[in-house]
Amino acid sequence: MLVIGIGNELRGDDAAGIVVARRIRERHLPGVRVLEHGGEGASLMEAWTGAQSVFIVDTVVSGSAPGAIHRFDAAREPLPAQAFQCSTHAFGLREAVEVARALNLLPTRLVIYGIEGKSFAVGEEISAELEQAATRVSERVLGEVATTDLAP
Amino acid sequence: MKAKTIKVDVLARVEGEGAMTVKIQNRRVTDVKLRIFEPPRFFEAFLRGRKFNEVPDITARICGICPVAYQMSACHAIEDAFGLKVEGPLRELRRLLYCGEWIESHALHVYMLHAPDFLGYEDSIQMAKDHRETVQRGLFLKKTGNAIVNLLGGREIHPINVRVGGFYKIPSKKELASLAESLKSARDAAIETVKWVAKFSFPAFERDYEFVALRHPGEYPFNEGRLVSNRGLDITIREYDQHFAEEHLAHSNALHSVLKDRGAYFVGPLARYNLNFDRLSPLSQETARDSGLGSVCRNPFQSIIVRSVELVYACDEALRILDSLEMPDAPAMAVEPRVGVGYGCTEAPRGILYHRYRIDEHGLILDAKIVPPTSQNLKTIESDLWQFADNNLDTPQDTLQRQCEQAVRNYDPCISCATHFLKLEIEREPEPADSAGRKCEIDAED
Repeated sequence: MLVIGIGNELRGDDAAGIVVARRIRERHLPGVRVLEHGGEGASLMEAWTGAQSVFIVDTVVSGSAPGAIHRFDAAREPLPAQAFQCSTHAFGLREAVEVARALNLLPTRLVIYGIEGKSFAVGEEISAELEQAATRVSERVLGEVATTDLAP
Repeated sequence: MKAKTIKVDVLARVEGEGAMTVKIQNRRVTDVKLRIFEPPRFFEAFLRGRKFNEVPDITARICGICPVAYQMSACHAIEDAFGLKVEGPLRELRRLLYCGEWIESHALHVYMLHAPDFLGYEDSIQMAKDHRETVQRGLFLKKTGNAIVNLLGGREIHPINVRVGGFYKIPSKKELASLAESLKSARDAAIETVKWVAKFSFPAFERDYEFVALRHPGEYPFNEGRLVSNRGLDITIREYDQHFAEEHLAHSNALHSVLKDRGAYFVGPLARYNLNFDRLSPLSQETARDSGLGSVCRNPFQSIIVRSVELVYACDEALRILDSLEMPDAPAMAVEPRVGVGYGCTEAPRGILYHRYRIDEHGLILDAKIVPPTSQNLKTIESDLWQFADNNLDTPQDTLQRQCEQAVRNYDPCISCATHFLKLEIEREPEPADSAGRKCEIDAED
């Protein structure tokens, strides 16, 4: 099982995925690999190769209130273009998931949590709302991990 | 009279955050502005007071696509200040690491970002549905580059194994040798890539550019060389500030680089190729010739072919290094900080990346200057758009818009060293308003 937190610690709320990854890593769960990732799509595809169950956490911007949590069952349905369009990467998470879908390279289970962000200024700390949301998402991911078979 | 406006609020498939306006009035282009929201200045301030040995890791965070370039320019600049020259196997391993980054970055741009323009797809997702094997070839190339960066860089994303004087840890000879097999397949895949992209159709478009790149006595340039151009520039890196200036323009957070008294210039694969064709490996030269490319190419739309030739070169060079590599005695040379100013310039995948540091007696950074390749190309990108739109005034609006976006992507602008979105806007007078463009309703720039 693989948990990937995507983000950039140097850009405010964009750190949320990284914060979640660290909270989960602290639990030292057997059979669960945790990665902090910058979000570049092709290397994401490599990162999940061979894993059957993958949880990914990233910051999104979709117009909801800051700290709102979105959950996507990405193995079953396409990711909404709008929420993931604002990646710093030209080939980012959404592109990786959808290209992988076209090439039959998706993990059997792929759950993506998006945390609604607000401020992405360079050098800023993550906001209090996002910090709290990251805690809630960590708990939700841990809950899902606990009920998932420990496949690779 | 009412201006016609086409808005592309999100120009897809560029690494960046910015906006583009092309204004057409009375059948004449009257204004082109590339606006970039760029944070590198933050890093220059952030580096002040930090220890010299933190600089490669801090600057690597500027760009998720070309962190190795930032590390290499930083190391070379600091080593220059300390009077240190890294030679022999350590130098070769740095070159190998750079090969990895070129392969990763070029494969990504050629396959995922630029090829969809030529094949008429909205994006790589649509392209992947129809061209599965081709996209897989691109991903394989990317993966081969990643493997080099992972092994020498120490981890998957932000490499942490590079230090002033060399590396923290050197992989074993066996680990290094294990790269060779996939590199041989990657080299074949790169040759296929050149053949594939050479068949695309290219808008007829050439300008009389001043190309600027490093030039080394015996190598296609990565880390070292003099800075040369096709108009007589031939200087050491230490002379950079005497010849290049950065202009601040109201419409952009990014500084526009110019050659003093001459203006815009062109950096990146096309510049390197045109100034260093004779330094490419025989196989790379042969592949370029077989594709129909001469030793000079002035059509920026054909940069995709040149980028692919550089993919062949990077695989070929990596194999040459692995084949002849002797293991270094130590992972790094001894480093003695001293007061001084150091200059470094290396060839990032997108072109020359200049760093300058002033360092005190304790090895602390007093000030830093970083000039990424994309800000050096900004003025040239604007000029291309100006000329291209002017040449194609009768082209239907949506086609012109698409081609203008493609013209921006010729430069693989990486504004991660500066970015989120690039927004393109074409205003045309006197036709009525039109809003054919894509719109991103969610804007993280607030």
